[in-house]
Amino acid sequence: MVACTVAETITVPAVGAGLDIENVNHAFDIDGAALPVLQDVNLSIEPGEFVALLGPSGCGKSTLLRLVAGLERPRTGTLREDDIRIAGPYPSRVVVFQDPTLFPWRTVWDNVALGLEAQGILKHHRRRVDDALELVGLAAFRNAYPHQLSGGMAQRAALARALVNDPKILVLDEPLGKLDSLTRITMQAELVALWQRKGFTTLLVTHDAEEALFLANRVIVLSERPARVKADIAVQRPYPRHRGDPYLADLRRQILNLLGLDATW
Amino acid sequence: MSTYSLSDTDVAHAASRRQGRALRDFVRSSGVGGVAGLAWIAFGLSCLLWEDVGDWARTHSLGIGAFVVAATILFGTFAADYLGAAGRALRLRAPWLLAIGVVLALWEVATAKFAWLPLPFFPPPQAIVEVYTDDLPKLLDSALASAKLQLGGYVIGAILGFVTGVAIGWSRAVGYWVHPVLRFIGPLPATAWLPIAFFTFPSSWSASTFLIALATGFPVTVLTWSGVASVSSAYYDVARTLGAKPSFLVLKVAIPAALPHVFVGLFMGLGSSFAVLVVAEMIGVKAGLGWYLQWAQGWAAYANMYAALIVMSLLCSSAITLLFWTRDRLLVWQKGTVKW
Repeated sequence: MVACTVAETITVPAVGAGLDIENVNHAFDIDGAALPVLQDVNLSIEPGEFVALLGPSGCGKSTLLRLVAGLERPRTGTLREDDIRIAGPYPSRVVVFQDPTLFPWRTVWDNVALGLEAQGILKHHRRRVDDALELVGLAAFRNAYPHQLSGGMAQRAALARALVNDPKILVLDEPLGKLDSLTRITMQAELVALWQRKGFTTLLVTHDAEEALFLANRVIVLSERPARVKADIAVQRPYPRHRGDPYLADLRRQILNLLGLDATW
Repeated sequence: MSTYSLSDTDVAHAASRRQGRALRDFVRSSGVGGVAGLAWIAFGLSCLLWEDVGDWARTHSLGIGAFVVAATILFGTFAADYLGAAGRALRLRAPWLLAIGVVLALWEVATAKFAWLPLPFFPPPQAIVEVYTDDLPKLLDSALASAKLQLGGYVIGAILGFVTGVAIGWSRAVGYWVHPVLRFIGPLPATAWLPIAFFTFPSSWSASTFLIALATGFPVTVLTWSGVASVSSAYYDVARTLGAKPSFLVLKVAIPAALPHVFVGLFMGLGSSFAVLVVAEMIGVKAGLGWYLQWAQGWAAYANMYAALIVMSLLCSSAITLLFWTRDRLLVWQKGTVKW
């Protein structure tokens, strides 16, 4: 396991919040029996870090994200955003899901405006919606309906819908998982650029080791369900990174080894 | 030396070929319209050629009217190229105009002229025209009364059904109490309430309004409810992480997402409320098209019945057209699957 030292790659004054996950246990009730999904998860994330959660499919990564977002409460343990206990959803922690889940009855602009509208501040911040659309390159599609967008464009719109709220923690649940590989590569680079520019803390769930290493400055490897933290790996490489970097390839081998996939390497 | 010379026969062939093609094009574009015009001329002639077997006042006017229609069709067809959108619309409808002309001519001959169909049960077209010219005020009053009754009941039923549906879909407590009641009472045809409604309500108008509202409300409630219940929880998750309060979740997430279902309910409610309207008017209300039908039957005025039926179907189909038009405006986001 690689020793963990972070924050040397962060160049922007961090507007991100710190995130502390302490002794979190969580379980689902299935036919009366409790199915444990998270077991003693402890994680401390510094403001402005880009952390990737990597683990086998169905291990409970997405559940952990739902706890961070405040959509669910953990059975035991606490989650804190900047030392304030997370008790419910709040727009300082915005989630981008695997499906863009744009509202089909709203235009792209109205979709992006959703958060500001829900908080009742849209009237005085219409500019922010325009800026967010500009940021993800969808300004020309402001009046389009979601069904008129390609998969990559829809996911960009979902990203703009999150960013318009100026989140302190951006929570990404496999946001690129359903995109074609070319769009994926483009959007990975865009994500890094956005994060560097804005300085929010980013928590990314993925099951793609290469993606985690290309994007994050810290990779948390989770075990099979119930998920425990198996390894905490610092990725000490400046951005932009190169996919062929032997250092990253070496880390990738280590991670696959941890996941029990070294035989296929 | 004449390199470019063509023999006279070649020229003649080319010309006749050209003429042939022009003729074919003309027949293809205007043929049906021309035949439709002829069919309406035939209808006009069928009115005028023979004596009526009965005593109808409008036979001559109807014949003249048919000729006017025929002239309009023929002019529109041959001048279609200069008439723009109207010309194109006419060409598109030419087959229907043809069919209508033929049916009217047959109807005229089979009733007024040779009485192949038994009179007075099958009145000729001129008898129905006579109703529209001579009994118009009463017919209009009836249509207006029907429209008023229907509109009142429908709007009340649709609003109550919508609110109830949203409430059941959203709140478990409301669902607990309303769901069994709905299950028990909903499937009962609203007309079954007629006898009770007419003596419990202070007026036949309020009783009918209640019944129409009931017939509308049930499908609207059920479909609104199923629409709200089937909204993907992912939409709520997104809205909640963006800071949405419960009222926002209902008004801006649940209701817009459920609207396509709601319109199915409104459509079904419209159909069943028409049935209730007519029955209520036939039995209790002393106005409206249902009452007019009943009255006409009492006097064996069969032409009046057909005339009223035509007005009724026009009203019902315009109501449905209006509903679809509204839906297409509101649900414009559902349309089209253009991708780029």
